[in-house]
Amino acid sequence: MGFIELKQVTKNFGDHQVIKPLDLEIKDGEFTVFVGPSGCGKSTLLRLIAGLEDLTSGSIQIDGREASQDAPAKRGLAMVFQSYALYPHMSVYKNIAFPLKMAGLDRNAIDDKVRKAAEVLNLNDYLERKPAQLSGGQRQRVAIGRAIVREPSAFLFDEPLSNLDAALRVGMRLEISELHKRLNTTMIYVTHDQVEAMTMADRIVVMNHGVIEQVGTPLDLYRNPKNLFVAGFIGSPKMNFITGPWAHAQGAQTVGIRPEHISLTPEQSEWKGVIKMAESLGSDTFLHIQDSGVAETLTIRADGEKSFARGQEVFLQPKRDNLHLFNDQGERQ
Amino acid sequence: MARSVKNQQKMINTVIAWTIGLLIFFPVLWTVLTSFKTEGQAINDPPLFLFFDWTLENYAIVQERSDYMKFLWNSIFIAGGSTLLGILIAVPAAWSMAFVPTKRTKDILLWMLSTKMLPAVGVLYPIYIGCIKLGLLDSRLALVIILMLINLPIIVWMLYTYFREIPRDILEASRMDGASLWKEIVYVLTPMAIPGIASTILLNLILAWNESFWTLNLTAAKAGTLTAFIASYSSPEGLFFAKLSAASTMAIAPILILGWFSQKQLVRGLTFGAVK
Repeated sequence: MGFIELKQVTKNFGDHQVIKPLDLEIKDGEFTVFVGPSGCGKSTLLRLIAGLEDLTSGSIQIDGREASQDAPAKRGLAMVFQSYALYPHMSVYKNIAFPLKMAGLDRNAIDDKVRKAAEVLNLNDYLERKPAQLSGGQRQRVAIGRAIVREPSAFLFDEPLSNLDAALRVGMRLEISELHKRLNTTMIYVTHDQVEAMTMADRIVVMNHGVIEQVGTPLDLYRNPKNLFVAGFIGSPKMNFITGPWAHAQGAQTVGIRPEHISLTPEQSEWKGVIKMAESLGSDTFLHIQDSGVAETLTIRADGEKSFARGQEVFLQPKRDNLHLFNDQGERQ
Repeated sequence: MARSVKNQQKMINTVIAWTIGLLIFFPVLWTVLTSFKTEGQAINDPPLFLFFDWTLENYAIVQERSDYMKFLWNSIFIAGGSTLLGILIAVPAAWSMAFVPTKRTKDILLWMLSTKMLPAVGVLYPIYIGCIKLGLLDSRLALVIILMLINLPIIVWMLYTYFREIPRDILEASRMDGASLWKEIVYVLTPMAIPGIASTILLNLILAWNESFWTLNLTAAKAGTLTAFIASYSSPEGLFFAKLSAASTMAIAPILILGWFSQKQLVRGLTFGAVK
């Protein structure tokens, strides 16, 4: 079981309130991602759940049991840190065995569990090595192994992939997702990378300035962002925001439209503009358009097969069904 | 051209460094040399450097006249005991200052250091009277406690600096893994801080070994350390430089040997955290 419920949780550091009163339910077996820009409070929230920080007010319940005052180890959660936080003086085997040793298991039981975890994570050949002799990806696996052996009711990941290079990151992302499917245990994952959030999460919690902006499935957030912040944060490249007369004509203060919802047309259509820059990714080309008359720059997604030149004039047609309308408070209309 | 200037500069630097090094080492060297001379040669004018009749006579006399082993054992007991006791107190103290600092932590650290600014003789009277009243005059126990207290600020400061270098994440990980405070210190913090703890122990051993103010003032025949052993050759019967030198050489030899074998550790410890 791993049902976690936060009620009116707040956290102050001195006079500064980093987490404003907040409610959140994390369902058993769910993969929840906390995402937001740095300093938004997502890591603090994770540390509050872990018990590494004390609540200022509110309560945290784990599986229906009040856990706010419990020591970290008592909460039955396991955490994987961004820096891996392996014990540098212990071998891989001893690192993974450490929580079991602390729990007072006998040697045979420890050996059994460590070897099983090592097998799952492909660490069998490295058991006698010290962390310093491992690559970043291997270290992260050891950190995950150390978490798995405890059979926690939930896993907490604090930006676990940000120290890895891009290629490794994609691989580890898949591994963690597969692990989640296999174990079917609650996982809470903190990241500032919205691609990680979109690809891994069952549910995403978008945070900003210590407040939850929106909670929802990845596609829900992508298609129906509740406000300008979520609209701008989820999706890459960013959603285009249009203000001024054209937006007013649509009955909104701000109109958001995603790059893939503006199409290029061969002849004169609703907008036209000049290509400032074309970023070719192979499958797609992202065009940054100037002088459209509606926004300073518009980003649009174009076919990667076609070639575009800087300064070229293009005609653009926004898809009416995919406009996101926001009022003067920045809330979805 | 530039290269030759560089080499020339390098040579000058080397010469200067060696000169300073030898100047600092000279008194020790002279003591050792004098210990192998006769009393007459020791006060010869002009002084004799290497060409004299080498003799072990002084060592034999010193050994005969006073029980070197007793003083040595006292030194080992007092230096070792005060260091061990100090470390046992300082590790938890430095832990709390490094990992759960309060608003006052910096002030406490500074206050602790400020006690080192007091001249020792300033508190001689109360401590001396205290030792008499408690029946601790000329006792090893009193010196273990006093030397421990004197060096405690330095031990805490050094350990505090080493502990600060240890990533918090790792200690937090051990907490998540179910380690109690004590197990966290024993299984995680201490093994990671071993280089720092080792150099703190070494430095403290050296400081306690060489301490002479309290050992001279608070001991007599029973608890005297090697510093008292040296001092006993300096005055009563007039000046006998050769014997005094022999006694000094015997007193500094153990700590010199220890220092020599652990110099790597010492330098590493003292510059820990300076780079990185």
